[in-house]
Amino acid sequence: MKRARVAYAGQVYEATPHDAGLKLADGRVVAESDVVWLPPVANVGTIFALGLNYADHAKELAFSKAPEEPLVFLKGPNTLLGHKGVTRMPADVNQMHYECELTVVIGKTARKVKRADAYDYVAGYTVANDYALREYLENYYRPNLRVKNRDGCTPIGPWLTDAADVADPMNLKLQTTVNGKVTQSGSTKDMIFDVPFLIEYLSSFMTLSPGDLILTGTPEGTVYLNSGDVIVTEVEGLGALENTVLRDDDYYGKAQ
Amino acid sequence: MSALGTVYGVILNVQGALEALGDAVNTAPYKAPPKAPVLYIKPANTFLPGGGPVGAPDGVEELEVQPTLGLVFGRTASRVSEADALDYVSGFLPVIDVTVPHASVYRPAIRQRCRDGFLPYGAVAAPTRGAVDVRVQINGQDAGGFSTGDLVRPIARLIADVTDFITLSPGDVLLVGLGVGSPRAKIGDQVTATLSGVGDVSCTIVPEAQIEERAA
Repeated sequence: MKRARVAYAGQVYEATPHDAGLKLADGRVVAESDVVWLPPVANVGTIFALGLNYADHAKELAFSKAPEEPLVFLKGPNTLLGHKGVTRMPADVNQMHYECELTVVIGKTARKVKRADAYDYVAGYTVANDYALREYLENYYRPNLRVKNRDGCTPIGPWLTDAADVADPMNLKLQTTVNGKVTQSGSTKDMIFDVPFLIEYLSSFMTLSPGDLILTGTPEGTVYLNSGDVIVTEVEGLGALENTVLRDDDYYGKAQ
Repeated sequence: MSALGTVYGVILNVQGALEALGDAVNTAPYKAPPKAPVLYIKPANTFLPGGGPVGAPDGVEELEVQPTLGLVFGRTASRVSEADALDYVSGFLPVIDVTVPHASVYRPAIRQRCRDGFLPYGAVAAPTRGAVDVRVQINGQDAGGFSTGDLVRPIARLIADVTDFITLSPGDVLLVGLGVGSPRAKIGDQVTATLSGVGDVSCTIVPEAQIEERAA
């Protein structure tokens, strides 16, 4: 089952896909154009993200060898944004790129979980676009928060798909388009540290809780964006997440 | 004890901390001194309200126990000016930021900094004016600390720089910095952070397995 969270006519609803748009939890069918999409997980806990978790992307960023331990960083809830949202591109930034990522939603408390049992702790999956602004990269706790923890820099959704409906999360195609043109394609099978490994690794030193998210990294094919670009990040079977980037003048309005 | 929102901390924000890295800041992997505040997140699993036992993982002899001041936000702070910054802070929080000692600050130190119970904190107090003296005692002996008068980015400036790109919500906390040096505690040690005019918080270091047995 796929579920979204949307705002419609003054309330937030759980919604499911429908031929004519979206079906709200109360039975009403509404047009997609009439809702505001919210992040599909209501009570998000700790947000983990992975850097350099696809060998080809690590190579693209000029890292000569794959990491021996996962490169994990954390994100605050200020970063999340729903489907069809708008993300700010600061005036002084020319090197902003998307990152299409399979995202794991933890379903139950996990502590010292073994790899073989790891999938039992997954509630479902969604798609994230973990933007990076490379001008702000510094070599202290890299990727530093100014690059990765900005307000609205992590669109997520549109759907939360139940784990039971995803036969093999480690064999899903990933694709990104910019203004309709394919710029990134890959497969989750090329992850360096796969989902069971990540759950085992993280839960070996910290307790994971329902609502925690793991953004599992991105393959090669990231390109720099321009103001007004429409970016669609898609993971096979999970949905296509759309976002628009706007430079300061357009984002805030020229008055500021 | 009130529940905390998202907790952000900053390293290299006490005068002398950057200098203590010496020439290393100009060589690989750092290559240059930091420009923006060097921030980290202490996630919810680290929260230890009221203090208590903190688990040292197997094979780790000592934990770093840095006292610090947490600024508790009372209202939403987004792109706040330095002049208005203090208006958004509704409370001061005594905190011990516990880590497994690690020399490199090149990569986020999640495995070292974000273990269960690694953020003992005390009761929220009303914000005070003037510098706060932040000290840590290990078994009653002073083991380090700093004054908030000696911050590289003073509190108002830090808030302005952080909220330039991170919206802080009511209940979110910003830890103002960590002192120069590395106060270390070993199993059995009693650790107390004391913040002048704010309050204190204590923890004891125990084997991690001991905490797990209790939870089971």
